[in-house]
Amino acid sequence: MMPFGLSDAQRRYRQECREFVDREIVPRADEYDAEERFPADLIAKMGARGYLNAVPDDEADGGCRDAISFGLLCEELGRGCASARTLVTVHNMSLVALHRWGGEVVRRDWIHRLGAGELIAAFALSEPDAGSDASSLATTAVRDGTMYALNGCKKWISFGQIADVFLLFARLDGHVSAFLVERTTPGLEIRPIQRLSGCRASMAAELRLIDCRVPLAHLVGPPGTGWQYVAATALDNGRYSVAWGCVGLAQACLEAALAYAAARRQFGQPLGSHQLIQRLIADMVTDVEAARLLCYQAGCLRQRRDPASLLATNVAKYYCSLAGSRVAAAAVHVHGANGFTSAFPVQRHWRDAKIMEIIEGSNEIQQVMIAKAALEPADASR
Amino acid sequence: MATEGVKATIDRFLANRLKVQLGEDDPIFESGRVNSLFAMQLVLFIEKEFGLSIDSDDLEMKNFESIASIVRLVAQKQGRA
Repeated sequence: MMPFGLSDAQRRYRQECREFVDREIVPRADEYDAEERFPADLIAKMGARGYLNAVPDDEADGGCRDAISFGLLCEELGRGCASARTLVTVHNMSLVALHRWGGEVVRRDWIHRLGAGELIAAFALSEPDAGSDASSLATTAVRDGTMYALNGCKKWISFGQIADVFLLFARLDGHVSAFLVERTTPGLEIRPIQRLSGCRASMAAELRLIDCRVPLAHLVGPPGTGWQYVAATALDNGRYSVAWGCVGLAQACLEAALAYAAARRQFGQPLGSHQLIQRLIADMVTDVEAARLLCYQAGCLRQRRDPASLLATNVAKYYCSLAGSRVAAAAVHVHGANGFTSAFPVQRHWRDAKIMEIIEGSNEIQQVMIAKAALEPADASR
Repeated sequence: MATEGVKATIDRFLANRLKVQLGEDDPIFESGRVNSLFAMQLVLFIEKEFGLSIDSDDLEMKNFESIASIVRLVAQKQGRA
């Protein structure tokens, strides 16, 4: 079903992404997930294919600078491995925000190398005591001559172990502001976070900033615009990417469940011939199709740069993350005890699915935003 | 688009989005009806409606605090100020 239609270039791009994921990611995802380390050669290959440059381009048709094609890329990556999709998410959400709101120096010195995949960016907002409640952000920035001195702690920073630069948020004169922080900055200490339940190859880190000094030109956007504009831009892109990634994760689980239900026999018949299994399959198919349609809707609005795209992206992320969890759980169930072992990728997808309900704004935050918008009378901007 | 047309377009967006009729100089962000999506929705609306690009240098509260200030920003970006 494809009511939104794809251009020929978008179809070709989806096929290219699909072949890349099948060749480069699917065969090794379980192995590097177990090692809790994302392969450097895979990052290089993804960079070479342009997956690390999703800065929107109105002229693009196909390639990841067109919103729909970027979504298709995220779906295909999500079908292979949530950690691979996470790399594309956190890098691009930071890059898009830096490109949009960075000053002359940031744009001149960083954007090209980030877009080329020579450097990796990560998004550093969450703190030990500030997750969904961004108003509790405690990291501070103080101007000292030609530098800002940053102090505080960031936590759960995906790909923080290897990122070259961070889009990092701190309070400047009490107001949330955004900064570009280089990995090599004295005073920045990076500690790996290991033994996560899901997205084990996403190389999460905790960042400690002790009198970490960055140039004035590394302030991204004017003072005090970090939350409403810079983080909002990044999170909107992140939610869009995660939503599509959940569609891919769910698609992988559906395909695995269908294959298993056809091959596995119980009571003298294939599993798929039992009606209670058919019920699970029916719900999985419906969830995958509904999730994908919400992503297409958000993507079409994004391509038109429509203000309604923001809320549509919240709705897509909220629904797709829940659908991903439901479909992954059902796939494990169809596999029975086998689904609970490392011999089948559905267990990895099932572990990875849960975190999608939490990242880029927990689903409770999405629910509040969606409900508040719905409680307002009809919005003519839609 | 002439100033009056710009003002009417912004007026209509804000009336629909915030459900309150604001005066030309009323503070938008202190209307009590602004949620966390609003700032970026307003930026996207201005860019799409008037064919402009809002960049980092434009992100000052004085450019978005009222209908009058947005009209001034649009005029300046369109080279009419």
